[in-house]
Amino acid sequence: MTHGAEPVLDVRDLKTVFRTRGGEIHAVNSVSFQLRPGELLGVVGESGSGKSVTMMSLIGLLPSPPAERRGGTVMFGGRDLMKASDRELRRVRGREIGFIFQDPMTSLNPVFTVGFQIMEPLRKHMGMTLAQARSRAAELLDLVGIPDARRRLKDFPHQFSGGMRQRVMIAMALACDPKVLIADEPTTALDVTIQAQILELVKELRQKLGMAIVWITHDLGVIAGIADRVMVMYGGQVVEHAPVRELFANPRHPYTRALLSTVPSVRGERAPKLTVIEGQPPLLSRPPTACPFRARCRHAHGRCERENPARRPVGAAGHDVACHWDPPEAAPAEAAHG
Amino acid sequence: MADAGGIGRTPLLEVRGLKMHFPITSGLLRRQIGAVKAVDDVSFDVFPRETLGMVGESGCGKSTCGRAVLRLYDITAGTIRLDGVEIGQIPQPRLRKLRPKMQMVFQDPQASLNPRMTVAGIIGEPLDEHAGWGRRQKLDRIYELMDAVGLNRNFVNRYPHEFSGGQRQRIGIARALALNPAFIVCDEPIAALDVSIQAQVVNLLEELQQRFGLTYLFISHDLSMVRHIATRVAVMYLGKIVEIAPRERLYADPKHPYTQALLSAVPEPDPAAERRVERIILKGDVPSPANPPKGCNFCTRCPQVMEICREIDPPTQEVAPGQFVACHLYGEPRRTTAEATAA
Repeated sequence: MTHGAEPVLDVRDLKTVFRTRGGEIHAVNSVSFQLRPGELLGVVGESGSGKSVTMMSLIGLLPSPPAERRGGTVMFGGRDLMKASDRELRRVRGREIGFIFQDPMTSLNPVFTVGFQIMEPLRKHMGMTLAQARSRAAELLDLVGIPDARRRLKDFPHQFSGGMRQRVMIAMALACDPKVLIADEPTTALDVTIQAQILELVKELRQKLGMAIVWITHDLGVIAGIADRVMVMYGGQVVEHAPVRELFANPRHPYTRALLSTVPSVRGERAPKLTVIEGQPPLLSRPPTACPFRARCRHAHGRCERENPARRPVGAAGHDVACHWDPPEAAPAEAAHG
Repeated sequence: MADAGGIGRTPLLEVRGLKMHFPITSGLLRRQIGAVKAVDDVSFDVFPRETLGMVGESGCGKSTCGRAVLRLYDITAGTIRLDGVEIGQIPQPRLRKLRPKMQMVFQDPQASLNPRMTVAGIIGEPLDEHAGWGRRQKLDRIYELMDAVGLNRNFVNRYPHEFSGGQRQRIGIARALALNPAFIVCDEPIAALDVSIQAQVVNLLEELQQRFGLTYLFISHDLSMVRHIATRVAVMYLGKIVEIAPRERLYADPKHPYTQALLSAVPEPDPAAERRVERIILKGDVPSPANPPKGCNFCTRCPQVMEICREIDPPTQEVAPGQFVACHLYGEPRRTTAEATAA
């Protein structure tokens, strides 16, 4: 991790709402984060916490309507992506910011060969000739560990297995040598043994290529293994943010603490009873004026109802939390694993 | 695999040599050209009031196995005894009378609840079909079930779309409980739910088990949750059970190379511990169940593969009390329980 280096991506106060028939949904509420060169930022949260929508919104991938960006700045390569034209954004996507989606089957086009789909960005964004693009595509497939790469360019997506398809997706995202890679739950649809293969591959590629990665997931285990820093999202907000070891060792937000203790492990001591976070996630139908977690929080008090806590630095460097409550300084008892 | 997980106890469910093959047909006359061997010669017991966890990756046949056990399919071969009654081959009309005893909770609460029926309709349907009670008596039972699974009684006339995923799964569980079953197959009941909601549903299932003396076959790909809920665990690979053992043994000392790889692949939610995990990364993908390899099904990916593995399908043997493994790495051939796996 390179502290102090100029961030490649600097997001401030991003707000996005969805206008639906039933009213507005405040999906992203003042999200700010920075991504430094070469680091891997993990984004954790449950469905509806706004983790995917934040990333889609900042590079203009959400259809409008219903989505509407209500403010914020997204600085990337010296310009504000919020003000960029559609044409400019299209150039940025694919060429400078690569995307990997969760489900490799629905994000690959079934009627084109895999080779065609990898070559498309190369020819469009990089201006390569057919022959150049073909050899680069073969190189990429080889890089992500697909055997017999040159021949497999002629195959269609259905001829690949799930893990292989996700490798193809990664190859496509890497095609134009992006500075930033946004990976949205890239291993969620895969089996554990295949997930382990893909995680190994990503670790290896990071060393080789050195791009910055945003890794969205709900799996704390995956985050623990690959992230440098972690951002925990709840109800469309960042509730906690810290270097990975710090977050797991000293979680501050009651949601993070509860989340860490609800996840059972396959190793070590087995917990006799699972900790439960009672209740349901918030609906986000109103702009946030109170803490989104208050209804499920065991430490909630009057102030949580009146005032949405702002992120404030705590403890170790780079650790901040959006919560009015301070854990007792003693051992973080409820956060102990297992 | 005559597994003696509970010596001296009579199993509630006894499965022997279960096979579920789906035909592959081709051409105008739909001639059969092969078969997908989704479940291929599987034997296990489930004892009263225990939870047998069944784990494996997608396509290994664990869900098919669960459905076959409840005779949602007409099985290809094998015997299934539930509470002493042979149900493997009896025709569906006669099976209907036995249905109240065995129920199922499905994976996707969105897809398994009829969107045009109210909660009362959904939970009450098994009662209409099997109990033939009056209105009042039925409604009382519906309220009782809603209380048991933690649903608000006032929601009795609402429709599934008005509930969240976790609450919908509670409706599915209430429906499964309606007829006081002894045995419930839970097919990935938490896979579609968020982490914080998963724990709620798992705790509910455990509580209901205690209260009503239920027996579960808990099918899941989530090894950490299975470790939490199951008393014994069976690991499936490509249509076969490769290892079956009491929970502590399986997680502390897995014997089959596949179980070892599977457990090592699970990420650890703790960065310090994560770096110490020794990972066995399996090469390649699972072969097609329509065309399994000769010999051991795992021989194409096994890090410890031997000559014999490519020739002979390994028999199942007991390597420790209650721990059965189908692998050539273990035991002398004469100690095998060959008669159980010869089929």
